[in-house]
Amino acid sequence: MTDIVISPPSHARSSSGRAWILGGLLVAAIVAAPIGAIAWIALFPTENIWPHLASTVLPRHSWNTLLLMIGNGIGVFLIGTATAWLVSTCDFAGRRIFEWALLLPLAVPAYIVAFVYTDILEFAGPVQGLLRDLFGWQTSRDYRFPEIRSMGGAIFVMSFVLYPYVYLLTRAAFHEQSVSVLEVSRTLGRGPWQTFFTVALPLARPAIVVGIALAMMETLADFGTVDYFAVNTLTVAVFNVWLGMGNAGGAAQIALVMLGFVILLISLERIGRRGRQYHHTSSRYQVQPRYTLRGHRHLAAILVCGLPIVVGFLIPAGVLARHAIVFFDDSWNLAFFAFARNSLTLSATAALVAVAIAVFLAYGRRLSGKGFSALSRVALLGYAVPGAVLAVGVLIPFARLDNAIDSLSRELFGISTGLILSGTIFALVFAYVVRFLAVGFGAVEASLGKIRPTMDMAARSLGAGPGRTLWRIHLPLVRGSLVAAATIVFVDSMKELPATLILRPFNFETLATHVYQLASDELLEQSALSALSIVVAGILPVIILSRAIRNAGPGSRVGVIADVGAAQPPSRAPG
Amino acid sequence: MRTRSYLLAAAGLAALVLGAGAIADEQASVNSGEVNVYSYRQPFLIQPMFDAFTRETGVKVNVVFAKKGLVERLKQEGRNSPADLIFTVDIGRLNDAYEGGVTEAIETEQLTDAIPAAFRQDEGHWYGLTQRARIVYASKERVPPEEAPKTYEELADPKWAGRICTRAGNHVYQVALTAAMIAHHGNAKAEEWLRGLKSNLARKPQGNDRAQVKAINEGECDISLGNNYYFGQMLENEEQFAWAQSVYPVFPSIGGRGTHVNISGMALTKASPNRDNAVKLMEFLTGDLAQQMYSEQNFEYPIVAGVPQAGLLRSMGDMHPDDLSLDRVAANRADAFKLVDKVGYND
Repeated sequence: MTDIVISPPSHARSSSGRAWILGGLLVAAIVAAPIGAIAWIALFPTENIWPHLASTVLPRHSWNTLLLMIGNGIGVFLIGTATAWLVSTCDFAGRRIFEWALLLPLAVPAYIVAFVYTDILEFAGPVQGLLRDLFGWQTSRDYRFPEIRSMGGAIFVMSFVLYPYVYLLTRAAFHEQSVSVLEVSRTLGRGPWQTFFTVALPLARPAIVVGIALAMMETLADFGTVDYFAVNTLTVAVFNVWLGMGNAGGAAQIALVMLGFVILLISLERIGRRGRQYHHTSSRYQVQPRYTLRGHRHLAAILVCGLPIVVGFLIPAGVLARHAIVFFDDSWNLAFFAFARNSLTLSATAALVAVAIAVFLAYGRRLSGKGFSALSRVALLGYAVPGAVLAVGVLIPFARLDNAIDSLSRELFGISTGLILSGTIFALVFAYVVRFLAVGFGAVEASLGKIRPTMDMAARSLGAGPGRTLWRIHLPLVRGSLVAAATIVFVDSMKELPATLILRPFNFETLATHVYQLASDELLEQSALSALSIVVAGILPVIILSRAIRNAGPGSRVGVIADVGAAQPPSRAPG
Repeated sequence: MRTRSYLLAAAGLAALVLGAGAIADEQASVNSGEVNVYSYRQPFLIQPMFDAFTRETGVKVNVVFAKKGLVERLKQEGRNSPADLIFTVDIGRLNDAYEGGVTEAIETEQLTDAIPAAFRQDEGHWYGLTQRARIVYASKERVPPEEAPKTYEELADPKWAGRICTRAGNHVYQVALTAAMIAHHGNAKAEEWLRGLKSNLARKPQGNDRAQVKAINEGECDISLGNNYYFGQMLENEEQFAWAQSVYPVFPSIGGRGTHVNISGMALTKASPNRDNAVKLMEFLTGDLAQQMYSEQNFEYPIVAGVPQAGLLRSMGDMHPDDLSLDRVAANRADAFKLVDKVGYND
């Protein structure tokens, strides 16, 4: 971070470099095609219902979306910063466990948490049942109990699974803060609270902003939770207009509005990230002395750190585990293995392809510079496009391409090629890659950035071309983060729901679609084993991230994997 | 380091081969004399009929189930779609498929003889399979039978304020009811009705039809709208039995004509690659055996004349369907959707 900046050597003029750049452009263009398709359909709809949308659907659904984003923003801010501050600067029982356990809620998709809490908190659930037994109430008219299927419920559920974004980044920021700054604050007579509010928090602001922006992006993309809770956000509007009214144009128009939100969030995130680099004014690190907490403060710290883990992970996982055991004989069968195999094959393929493309793009960016950079950013927008919208964007160009190839082949050879791409797992893998490429790219780019340009120069002066340099020098150096990136894409693909629902081939169920189907028919118990499998897979990236956290103490040689976490926390597939 | 890259490459290759294998599987199923179905119906509801068909003919039935988006998928896939048949749970989607130009007219003696003209498209672009009535479920405890609503129009009456539960207004079943209301009374009256109904709701529309009955059982509301077959399905479910026990079915009329009904149906796709098998399946499903299964297992009203209704259906009371043609319901769907948005039914 205190390195002198040396620009990487430019290969734009060499022929192999140019081929690389052309390839990169091609990849970026293909990946960006779904977004282009959406824009095209939105601007040239067959039946324009924009006036109707603008006067009725959009204001309400935008308002709800905004409300949910703000609610979640506040929720993740409170939980994320409080826990990050406690584990970074205070000493209390179990701190070292909390440090990684606070990441566990990342493993559970929001829609599964929503299913579980409805199961627990609804009228027929154990909580209300207990209350009725205790107080002798009969029906829901005898007492008031907050409705979980509501805006408030959605904010509750999503805050408790999305806060790790803020926690992860803010914790890193607190660790990076030079201890001398905090010492100065203390010698000037500030207590721990004042130091937190007047020094640490403002300094960590950029990291907090990035974390909140990421959590809000997930909120925007969510479908499973808001669908289940009847919270009418823009994603729901896309589904209603496209699949209910059968108006793809109108749906694409709403999708464009959503992209507007996304661009806003991305700018917010960029601003946050930019602010970050001004903070490393001193490279003098030493182990921070921790505040020792005693008495009720000690207890409070444990409660504050324990609650998010209990609510966001232990309860959902526990309920699922219980159902999975009770219904084990019903669920543990050949069908379950088929779902699991489908999920694993699809997600593994998507992970490998995404990481390969990410390497290609990131390296192209390293080789060329600004122009390429802009284009690769377009290719990465897929990350912020909700799965349902992306499905529209994948389905339409693929089907057109298939039919064009087919027509050509019929004309030239009299042979029908049929649908080569649509309705196969190719379309699904493609959708996953587009959606999660940004996650892999962030990781790869961050770790490539750690390799000094002098390495490239040395390799090149010894006669290696860019491809060879990548293969022999860069890839071996960044392989740790490649594995991490692949894992994250893998798990995100496993959780993905809306695009999978729409694009999958015949007789094809994944764990996620199986869970959704049963849960929406109020049969969560029977799908608990599948849901639990998704959660268990989701723990993988959590382990990677928590290992990164341990290695990335202040002043220590920051491991490559740590940057995966810091630069781009795993995204959560929208339900 | 070398070995690692080789390992990685091998793993990648393996995944691709696996993936390609799966693709090959899919391709194989397209041309091997099976029949491919896009279904909006829950697989477990139609699987028994498909199994019976496979036993009888040896033709395997492949199903893609989705609650939404199948007509759109058909449109995009065009003439290369692998789907032979599309199954819907309401007239709206059947009509969407027809108007979207993805269906093929088919007429055989069996089909036209079995299905009355009112329940099939004139040229044979789609056929109804079962009839389902959208009825009122009323609380045994809080709604004495003489007070139960006799018409759908009555649901907008302020006397029901805070006592009604329904699912989302833009769900196909609710849309069809609203469309029927438009057909009977015109757009303005229908809007007034929908506003009235909305203002009588005990809670924001949510959940499926069964969840509304559950809410009655829990005391959150007194009456709900739901399709008739859920009554039987709830009675068969251990957990849901109590919900069904807390209500009784009421068959209101619309426009003074009869109970609002919808159909589940099927259409042959234009692209159908296994046409012969598809027609075989269509004929099988309109046969007496399948029709009886629909009634016995799913508690839907058979469309084919002379097929007996399940005992439970008969015990629920006589159902006199509204004779409004389904085409008119379908024609008013777009307006119904807009009304739902306009009155903010789901908010």
